[in-house]
Amino acid sequence: MTSADYLPILILILIAAPFAGIAILLPSVLGPKNPNRMKQEAIESGMIPFADARRRFPVQYYMVAVLFIIFDIEVIFLFPWAVSLNQLKIFGLIEMGVFLGILLIGYLYVWKKGAFEWE
Amino acid sequence: MSIVLLSILKSLALIILLLTGFAYLTYYERKLLARFHVRRGPNRAGPFGLLQPIADAVKAIFKEEIVPGHVDKLIYIVAPALSLIPALVIFAVIPIAPDLRLGGFTLQFHVADINVGLLYLAAIASVATYGIILGGWSSNNNYALLGSLRTAAQMISYELPFGLLLAAIILTTNIGREAGTLSLIEILNQPRPWWLWLWLWLAFPMFFITMLAESNRSPFDLPETENELIAGFQVEYGGIKFALFFMAEYISMITGSAIMATLFFGGWRGPFADPGTWYGPIVGFGWFFLKVVALLFVYIWVRASVPRIRYDQLLQFCWKVLTPLSIGYLVLTALIVVFVG
Repeated sequence: MTSADYLPILILILIAAPFAGIAILLPSVLGPKNPNRMKQEAIESGMIPFADARRRFPVQYYMVAVLFIIFDIEVIFLFPWAVSLNQLKIFGLIEMGVFLGILLIGYLYVWKKGAFEWE
Repeated sequence: MSIVLLSILKSLALIILLLTGFAYLTYYERKLLARFHVRRGPNRAGPFGLLQPIADAVKAIFKEEIVPGHVDKLIYIVAPALSLIPALVIFAVIPIAPDLRLGGFTLQFHVADINVGLLYLAAIASVATYGIILGGWSSNNNYALLGSLRTAAQMISYELPFGLLLAAIILTTNIGREAGTLSLIEILNQPRPWWLWLWLWLAFPMFFITMLAESNRSPFDLPETENELIAGFQVEYGGIKFALFFMAEYISMITGSAIMATLFFGGWRGPFADPGTWYGPIVGFGWFFLKVVALLFVYIWVRASVPRIRYDQLLQFCWKVLTPLSIGYLVLTALIVVFVG
């Protein structure tokens, strides 16, 4: 296994990217152009827009993101362990049990604190 | 040099395949939904309405390009591409047919055989979130902002059970081998005992739910709930830029089905799909195609029958039900691998 294995993926990206780029640029060449003020406004179901979207939003979204970072790193640690469990045997099982156990305490704490609740 | 040339040809073939798949998936979905509603669905363009997707594509290309005055121009224009490119690229590691051997030359029907295939799937699936978040945020519209925030929270939340279940599937590849593997090609080539199939299918409903949520499909299509957010993150997009978001969603449905077909239902494997024969690749691709179409049918079936759930229910279901369940599944799988396998 060498980095050459990844060459086809690079090639695929290099082909997919111009495709998306051309698709985006094409209508500005082919389509009609008659902009007016109404077309340029924000869509709010026919109401006159009263505020733009650079504003505060509920902190819950942020909480979810923070929790995700913690637990997703846990998942990434699981991958190499999962590949080599046949060699690690019981030792690997106990090792991962301790790791998961510690995270599980954190998980229960977060649950009790009400981080998953949504008003 | 020939590897480069072969990769270019394969990449082009894959992109054409996925785009055709996308076009006819929209047709398939409209037809099926129509049948669920006791309607006929598209039937005007061409025989049985088969030219409808092409008509839609032509229409999207010739639409006027509107860039609203209040948006963040650069990000607004790049975002649809950012969401489409990962959707196209993620398919690279999925084998769609058995190898074809002609004389001394072997043609493999996947773009890349990397040893971290499943990790690659998880990684690219996460990158796909950026397009939607940036698109919604740069639109500078309240609906779009809410839609993109919801998408962000939803997609990253459901990545957790997705990753845990993937880890459990990797664990099962240890059985009967020296070590596990992350490569989808090797997973397919490895024989599984019958009880392992049953155990894997136990995880399939959970996996399917996470795939539904990851591709923002109904009943988890909260990023674009039309009754509260009009169209969510894509409300300021029109014409081809909207079509690219649409494409990304549908291609990720196809990819999701392909992943599930490969992990849970043996991918291209089936009667007469023998590797090394001249007819193997054709029959193998046929099986793969049938499995993907059947899974796509379930996607659409769910859309036609299950009502959309509330946003707090969505996240709570993920964190309080799906995550503990998949951790439990993972632990049990580990025990099985160590003590039985």
